[in-house]
Amino acid sequence: MLQQLAQLVVNGLITGTILALTGVGATLVFGIQRIANFAHGEYLTFGAYVGLFLNVDARQDLAVATAGAIAATALLALGLHYAVLRPLRRLGLVATSLVTVGIGLMLRDVVFMVAGPNIRQLNINQMVVFDLKLVRISPGQLAAVAMTIVIVPAVAYFLARTPIGKSMRAVADNRDLAAISGVNVDRIGTYVWLLAGGLAGVGGVMFAVVQGTFDPNLGFQVLLLIFTTVVLGGIGSAYGALAAGFILGLAMEVSTWGGFAGGLDPRFKPVLAFLALIGLLLCRPQGLFGKARVL
Amino acid sequence: MGLFNPAFWTFVAAIAGIYAIMALGLYVQFSLAGLPNFGHVAFMAVAAYTMAILVVRYATPLLLAATAGIAASVCLAFIMGLPALRLRSDYLAIATVAGSEIIRYLALNLPDFTGGPIGSIGLLGPGDIATYNHDWQAFLDKAKGVIEPLFGRIASRDLAMAVVVWAAAFALIFIGWVLERSPWGRVLKAIREDETAAMAVGKNIVAFKMQALVLGAILGGLAGLLLAWEIGVFNPDDYQPTLTFYAYLILILGGMNRIWAIPLGSVLFSLLYTGTRFLNFYPLSLFDSGSRAFLRLFLVGLLLVAFMAFRPEGLLGNRHQLLLEK
Repeated sequence: MLQQLAQLVVNGLITGTILALTGVGATLVFGIQRIANFAHGEYLTFGAYVGLFLNVDARQDLAVATAGAIAATALLALGLHYAVLRPLRRLGLVATSLVTVGIGLMLRDVVFMVAGPNIRQLNINQMVVFDLKLVRISPGQLAAVAMTIVIVPAVAYFLARTPIGKSMRAVADNRDLAAISGVNVDRIGTYVWLLAGGLAGVGGVMFAVVQGTFDPNLGFQVLLLIFTTVVLGGIGSAYGALAAGFILGLAMEVSTWGGFAGGLDPRFKPVLAFLALIGLLLCRPQGLFGKARVL
Repeated sequence: MGLFNPAFWTFVAAIAGIYAIMALGLYVQFSLAGLPNFGHVAFMAVAAYTMAILVVRYATPLLLAATAGIAASVCLAFIMGLPALRLRSDYLAIATVAGSEIIRYLALNLPDFTGGPIGSIGLLGPGDIATYNHDWQAFLDKAKGVIEPLFGRIASRDLAMAVVVWAAAFALIFIGWVLERSPWGRVLKAIREDETAAMAVGKNIVAFKMQALVLGAILGGLAGLLLAWEIGVFNPDDYQPTLTFYAYLILILGGMNRIWAIPLGSVLFSLLYTGTRFLNFYPLSLFDSGSRAFLRLFLVGLLLVAFMAFRPEGLLGNRHQLLLEK
């Protein structure tokens, strides 16, 4: 029983990392660009398939493939910003949401057409399991843990210590105040897409290695979980999203623990998360940690 | 199937009519009341499942089961109304799409209740094939008898379906048109344009929004029932969020705030959607038929973006009454 709990905690931390990283990108885009990006999931899909191409077709190392996925997805997000979203920023909230829905459909179906609808996997041995007494870890999970150890501290450092990271948090928090303090809001708006795209790229690869197999619907399936992370952490709050990702990942996994009134049927994990999303939007739109203010 | 097969085009016509009713429901919620419901598909799913379960498991008469289906979507509208009446528009979009995904996940994961991933065909459990549209086919046979003098030899069950659906669509659009021009419709538009002003002249905003949501749910539920009868079997994957965005594209194609443009939008959409299968000349012949299904969805996305960018009022719309600014 305890072993099961430990296993669930490990799984939850891994899912949590992915949600935390992608959530940071999505929440900063939400805060800075005022865009609810319904295409964010497809950025993950794109990253996963770039990783797949480099790792399997071009026979590169997983680390190289991940770096390639980060770079390619960051450029994709930047390109879409310049080509579509920036010219259309005069549109209102709903129209922009519909535009991102359209972008998401296009991206997903381009991946479907180019890579095919088949289930794919990265070049990772799925057959072995590392038994660490208390928990068992697959090589895919190990790869995800390695990425976590590198990337989460880097992102935290970037947000806390670098001028661009601080400016991003400032603009997301209060655009006008940041602007009169001398932050170039327009330039930060461009950088945030690079950050969000890069993090979505790594998130996509991590999902691909953790799940083992995936198809072009990978990103769309996690879009609402990313939104849940964003809302849970407080829209626009980068640290909030970091924390919320881990909380959500852990909560979803641990809720299935048998010692917990028999545990929730794992099939209903997403339902639980989406109910939490709607409930939070209704009762605490400022998130778990935020102060109430007019949104 | 050939380009000149009338049976195929009759099917397309029936689907287009059903989509028109679906889009009309969204029109009431989105174009009139300004509620960006991204989970419209949930009304269709709930109505179809309720109807099918009642018919298959409890041998309920079709009319009663259909009424119960619509009642179920109305109940869902009241539940959805909770967030719909309090949230800012983009949060509402997120909440409603999450709501529709909850419905789909539940349908997928409660196999004893809904038939699970295989859908309506599994409603009686494994090994027993469940059908729910026997009575509807009988009704269509009767309708076919009625239209026979008009259409002669080409009258068929499918044609009867198309006639029934389009008659319903035009009747409902006419009712919608009357409602839009009534004091009730003007209040909804006032709320859409300026909520505070509408409140200041003493209008009960919550009640009006709720009425729009419920009316849209009735129309969505009806479209869900007709679609279920037309396609004969359904499963949870038929109720992906994409279907909601078909309805948005239909509204945008015709004209975001022109109720009589809905038939045009749904016909154009259906031609685009089914017509792509005939685009087998170069360079599109490079795609095999499986990929062309994805090409269709790609085009849906492209048109959504392109219309938003270049002609947000749609083909026949009126630029002065646009609710996309907010």
